[in-house]
Amino acid sequence: MPTKIEKDSLTGTDTTGHEWDGLKELNTPLPKWWLYVMYATIAFAAVWVVLYPAFPFQGATGVTGWIAREAVVGDVRAAQSRMEPMLARIRASDPKTIAADPELRAFAVAGGRTAFANNCAGCHGAGGQGAQGGFPSLADDDWIWGGTHDAIRHTIANGVRAGESDEERTSQMPRFLADGVLTLPQVNDTAEYVLSLSRRSTDAAAAGRGEALYAENCAACHGERGEGNRDVGAPRLSDQIWLYGGDKASIARSIAYARAGVMPAWGQRLDPAIVNMLAVYVHALGGGEN
Amino acid sequence: MSTIQPPDRLKPAAKTEGTQQAAAPTSLYADRQKVYPKAVKGPVRRAKWAVLILCLALYYLVPWLRWDRGPGAPDQAVLVDIGNGRLFFFFVEIWPQEVYFLTGLLVLGAIGLFVATSLFGRVWCGFTCPQTVWTDLFMWVERVIQGDRNERMRLDKQPWTLEKLRKKGLTHAAWLLIAAATGGAWIMYFNDAPTVTVDLLTGGASLDVYFYFGLFTTTTYVLAGWAREQVCTYMCPWPRFQAAMLDENSLVVTYRDWRGEPRGKAKADGIGDCVDCQACVNVCPTGIDIRDGQQLECIGCGLCIDACDDIMKRLDRPTGLIAFETLSNLAASTAATKALPPSRARCATGMEVRRVPRFIRPRTLLYAGMLGAVMAVMLGAWLLRQTVTLSVLRDRAPLFVTLSDGGIRNAYTLKIANKDRDIASYALVLDSRTALQMQVQEAPTTAPGDRPMVTTRPDGITQWRVLLTQPPGTPTRTSIPVTFRLVDGRGRTVVSESSIFLGPESR
Repeated sequence: MPTKIEKDSLTGTDTTGHEWDGLKELNTPLPKWWLYVMYATIAFAAVWVVLYPAFPFQGATGVTGWIAREAVVGDVRAAQSRMEPMLARIRASDPKTIAADPELRAFAVAGGRTAFANNCAGCHGAGGQGAQGGFPSLADDDWIWGGTHDAIRHTIANGVRAGESDEERTSQMPRFLADGVLTLPQVNDTAEYVLSLSRRSTDAAAAGRGEALYAENCAACHGERGEGNRDVGAPRLSDQIWLYGGDKASIARSIAYARAGVMPAWGQRLDPAIVNMLAVYVHALGGGEN
Repeated sequence: MSTIQPPDRLKPAAKTEGTQQAAAPTSLYADRQKVYPKAVKGPVRRAKWAVLILCLALYYLVPWLRWDRGPGAPDQAVLVDIGNGRLFFFFVEIWPQEVYFLTGLLVLGAIGLFVATSLFGRVWCGFTCPQTVWTDLFMWVERVIQGDRNERMRLDKQPWTLEKLRKKGLTHAAWLLIAAATGGAWIMYFNDAPTVTVDLLTGGASLDVYFYFGLFTTTTYVLAGWAREQVCTYMCPWPRFQAAMLDENSLVVTYRDWRGEPRGKAKADGIGDCVDCQACVNVCPTGIDIRDGQQLECIGCGLCIDACDDIMKRLDRPTGLIAFETLSNLAASTAATKALPPSRARCATGMEVRRVPRFIRPRTLLYAGMLGAVMAVMLGAWLLRQTVTLSVLRDRAPLFVTLSDGGIRNAYTLKIANKDRDIASYALVLDSRTALQMQVQEAPTTAPGDRPMVTTRPDGITQWRVLLTQPPGTPTRTSIPVTFRLVDGRGRTVVSESSIFLGPESR
């Protein structure tokens, strides 16, 4: 309720003329320094709007032309140019030589870890542990296409069945049931025999029937005793590692409809130095072969 | 205990009758009244000079002390090397993760302050606090250039003349010079002193250095030149809770009112020893009257003791009208002399009933005990300090790897921190209840007993990746405790660290 403005007897300050239930409000403005600081910020903002991008429109860059994105790009470029001497040495070398040089190795493992997290971890997992359903573990000692430095580098650079490189890793497992090569009972028998290769068969009769089928259809690529063949990318069947599951149903499904994982050719996407660093890093995860 | 009363200048101004029907407006804000402390001579002042010179000499000169630590290491005796994460103190060199030694020193400092305060009152405030030391120095500069109390008051009142401008300008220039030396000395504790001095003067120092140089120059100039006793009265938290350490047996600067009162002219009859000459007020650096009793603003510097003793000697009266005295003695003297008229006899009676202050009492014993305990803990921690430490980081992705033969493998990153400045080699030994094969990546050499040999670079951290493999056929357990040990050439275990080996849940 507005009342007339009066002087407060105790403090000597004018009231605002507002009164609520007998309580009157004193008119005590902001301290001057406070007010001037606020004016200063307004003036600062006015200058800022002219100098720097302040409106959400394309091309509204301010008279300085400064753009946050370009600043970041410049920073990244500066960081890259700092790394360039090391990257040049790594680019010109090969993973095996890099791994033998402690200085280059430390740089490559550190850089490889970052590149792996950016490009590979999505499928192969943060520590290269892989995932069920066709994403191989890179930390174990089982390699489909070989685990030496050079083999790893080749696989990374050219990819697998992606159709992106002439030197890509490729092989094709027949679809034995879908294409009518084997009947369903025959698939079952073959799967039972495959289980026996890692001593896990539970049906000796079926495994016995499957032996001949295996020799006829599978041994050419996967080997007489299921030892696999890295030249054609045929996985070992006698070990404990199964990319698509090692239970009978999964194995039968692999025989019936085949499996064919795909990996992009990273050589076309990444700097050769990065590919070399990735090869060194993956080799060092624990399963690298010499 | 005497009641603590605000000095007059802090009491609200007396209300005056206004022209209107109500009282005139009263401001709750009191302007600062500038303090003009008078020069004084005497034993307390001499002690204060000695402490001041010692403290300033330590502060300005310590960064220049050299200490040979061998090649590649800084040769500054006291250095906080933030960039490289090292703290050097003569033969001591600690890493950032050992900052608790610094924390321990600060705890020691705090408890030491408790002990000193419970015994002798605010000696820290009055003698050694940097605010007191630098304010004292700045006041000395002021006195040398502008003259003593009366001359300074006259100078401040008179209109601006060339002479006033010269004196004031000279004072501030000298203050700024001292402040710059103070700011400069501060950054020397964080940089190599000779190098940073040259860099600072030639404009080659980093922006950080200039920032902190400017910061500490400004704070010294403002706090010691302008703020002075306001820092102690309004800013510092210590006066607020020091009363919790003081009791009636602590020695504090005290006016013996039983002897001085009633105060009055020296020649008048029936008057105590205090002649109300204001000497104690005039020398006080915080501008208070000690005769008002114990008060928050008193920093316990004791300059009023010197001032009063000087007057007493001139009047041929016993000294010690103001003294370092306990409040229990004060109460005893007051009680003993209550009935006596002011006289020499009253003075003698009051002094006789005094007892030697009880320095040993539960409070001081408790503080001293805490001090001893913290010292013992720190000494123990220092003696047990390891110059080689091992930390084991187990790979979490993947938790474990199944190998083609059915074996299980775990990977670990071992970080060996070597705080010595020599390269060191150790055999890495694994203890576990289950047989596990250990393979250290990139460790070509082996120690005796076919153990893998790990080397650590001097004054740094070396990483090793270790693979542990459980052979196939071993019954799998979800978790197996393992311990890594570093064994030196004499077969002694230098350091050990535990971790676990994980496998799949047994089905």
